[in-house]
Amino acid sequence: MINHEYVHGRQPTFRLSRLGGMTATATSAFAGIGRSDAALRTFLHGLPGVDQVGAEQRAAMLGTRSIKTTAKAWAIDLAIRMVDLTTLEGADTPGKVRALCAKARRPDPADPSAPAVAAVCVYPSMVPVAAEELAGSGVHLASVATAFPSGQAPLDVKIADTRAAVAAGADEIDMVISRGAFLAGRYAEVYDEIVAVKEACGDAHLKVILETGELATYDNVRRASWLAMLAGGDFIKTSTGKVPVAATLPVTLVMLEAVRDFRAATGRQVGVKPAGGIRTTKDAIKYLVVVNETAGEDWLDPDWFRFGASTLLNDLLMQRTKLKTGHYSGPDYFTVD
Amino acid sequence: MFEYAPAPESRSIVDIKPSYGLFVDGEWVDGEIRNKTVNPATEEVLAEVAWATEAEVDSAVRAARSAYENVWSRTSGRERAKYLYRIARIIQERSRELAVLESIDNGKPIRESRDVDVPLVAAHFFYYAGWADKLSYAGFGEGPRPLGVAGQVIPWNFPLLMLAWKIAPALACGNTVVLKPAETTPLTALLFAEICQEADLPPGVVNIVTGAGDTGHALVSHPGVDKVAFTGSTDVGRAIARAVAGSRKKLTLELGGKAANIVFDDAPIDQAVEGIVNGIFFNQGHVCCAGSRLLVQESVYDDVLASLKRRMALLRVGDPLDKNTDIGAINSAAQLDRIRTLSEIGASEGATQWSPPCSLPDRGFWFAPTIFTGVTQAHRIAREEIFGPVLSVLTFRTPAEAVEKANNTPYGLSAGVWTDKGSRILWMADRLRAGVVWANTFNKFDPSAPFGGYKESGYGREGGRHGLEAYLDV
Repeated sequence: MINHEYVHGRQPTFRLSRLGGMTATATSAFAGIGRSDAALRTFLHGLPGVDQVGAEQRAAMLGTRSIKTTAKAWAIDLAIRMVDLTTLEGADTPGKVRALCAKARRPDPADPSAPAVAAVCVYPSMVPVAAEELAGSGVHLASVATAFPSGQAPLDVKIADTRAAVAAGADEIDMVISRGAFLAGRYAEVYDEIVAVKEACGDAHLKVILETGELATYDNVRRASWLAMLAGGDFIKTSTGKVPVAATLPVTLVMLEAVRDFRAATGRQVGVKPAGGIRTTKDAIKYLVVVNETAGEDWLDPDWFRFGASTLLNDLLMQRTKLKTGHYSGPDYFTVD
Repeated sequence: MFEYAPAPESRSIVDIKPSYGLFVDGEWVDGEIRNKTVNPATEEVLAEVAWATEAEVDSAVRAARSAYENVWSRTSGRERAKYLYRIARIIQERSRELAVLESIDNGKPIRESRDVDVPLVAAHFFYYAGWADKLSYAGFGEGPRPLGVAGQVIPWNFPLLMLAWKIAPALACGNTVVLKPAETTPLTALLFAEICQEADLPPGVVNIVTGAGDTGHALVSHPGVDKVAFTGSTDVGRAIARAVAGSRKKLTLELGGKAANIVFDDAPIDQAVEGIVNGIFFNQGHVCCAGSRLLVQESVYDDVLASLKRRMALLRVGDPLDKNTDIGAINSAAQLDRIRTLSEIGASEGATQWSPPCSLPDRGFWFAPTIFTGVTQAHRIAREEIFGPVLSVLTFRTPAEAVEKANNTPYGLSAGVWTDKGSRILWMADRLRAGVVWANTFNKFDPSAPFGGYKESGYGREGGRHGLEAYLDV
């Protein structure tokens, strides 16, 4: 059904083609764009707008797709492999983190065919514990940094936070942007911070948390997505999980459109991570449908799409067992984390 | 690759009888002449239905007259409302059954019959139930009178929804009806007759006579009919207007369209592309108000076309009962012929035809979603209603040119405008000669919003307070 030529084509995207006559693989066409608020503003506000009603309608329609039998089994295993199993509490202890890492490596002790999750996500202070537990497992270790979740700290503190997490063994960093600066139109400040954190990451992958619940409009979500990608983010992520509105299907749809268009314009693929509020298999499958029919199948891979979640994993495991055995077992048959 | 496994809606909820008669005076009567209705997705014969003769139409009109004189015109608005509310609730209760039956008989995807058609049908009955006891406050003076017997002829594209648009306001205003569904899609109207029985609607208030053009002609030209309402093609509409000319009959016509969907360079492009797709591929393009002419501002033409093609490649064409199907079957062999013929004319006149690669089922009536680029106002595919999943793409440079091209059609049913600029939406809406102008959306319907055409798209309005006027002696 999917026509690769158009789904993953290299057609010029929107009015970007007028902003410097870039070619398909020329990220350099954007060189210098972060030099000033004015340049960034011209670019970001020149992106096509997002119609709220239309975007929500599209997401709702995709949510009605009926994924059954073989398709469901495939989607559940993929979703498990995409989970960033997360604990970000003041009450986190080494014991708690060890338990989470054990679960990440082998989510279903009763069924070795259940795949491992993508990553474990913890605070920087817990990185050394997790690094020890996950060594050699193939499960990535992500750490939030940059004064998570508010991002309200001086830049050098954020950089130090990042460096410490990477030094302790994190190979993925989830940073937060300064929403205050973004909403005030100080785009260059946000851009520079992302560039600086990316540099501090070294080889670690950088996920940029937009905190879409605080950006409020889809236009802002699209602009923040582009800003994060232009500044070098490897992933764009919806939320910290610490504000009332976390990931939603339409927000994720808008971000997936952004990564799709960004690749068409620059040749560079950026991942997407919705986080917070995704608790059921049904929800997770809706997200995978949106990925499939927005960015396309190239993003249906743990390298390019993640779920920031904790309780989701057990529901996925429960549904997986149900599909295999034909009956539900109670929550006591799945490990608490 | 994410392959969606088949997710068919079960057919077992519907009980299609081998044979149906006519619903006259609250009872089923055998018709003299029989015909067959088929499933357009499989060409399987679904049932035999009657083709009502002139004499049978006459008995239906007499039943409606008698019910009008003796029962319905003497029933208070409040009591009429109770019946309409009851019908609306039964429609909701039996919504899955109605949706499946509609998809089987019409070929439209279950996602649409389930999420659009049937909910709107129920909403329409609820809405006009609310008006039944408030007619004095509708702006037509104190205690406006009904007209009498309404003869109603409806098309095959939204069989049950068009029935609701016709019957709900007629009954709310105190008229009785004789309704003829389209010959290719009679089954949901016949199920609706059962719902009338279930609701204890007095006999003769609603009569359903199935049949083809002859039956429709007998109905609209019957001297006992006070009001004629027709939705369908402009050619048939003309014939009906001639048939009722010089009589006392009040007439409303909702006919064809060739709507312009206008995309400006500041439009929200992703949503505009969704709107283009929804505008022309919703219900296989069997929509009188379909956005069949896409007018794109030249400065974003390449971007919009690339996005549209990418989006079209995702459309899932096939089994109407599969919950993931986006585009179902063409309703009949005759309609498929018409779509093919006009498409061939488009190609032979020099327009460029494009469809995404998609495999169509072997049996049944199918047409791949298609766009024609390089179309000008002079092409027949830019002027004639195709009534299928075929989009003609044209360009414009300025708002004035967009208006000029949009209005340059014998039709005037609907139009769409896509722009982020509110003032431009209002400027365009003032100038577009179309009954409905959608802004940053398309094919949105609501019982409270009047619907109807300019020029050859017909006259009269259905829906909303305006829709009452067609069924009141005002």
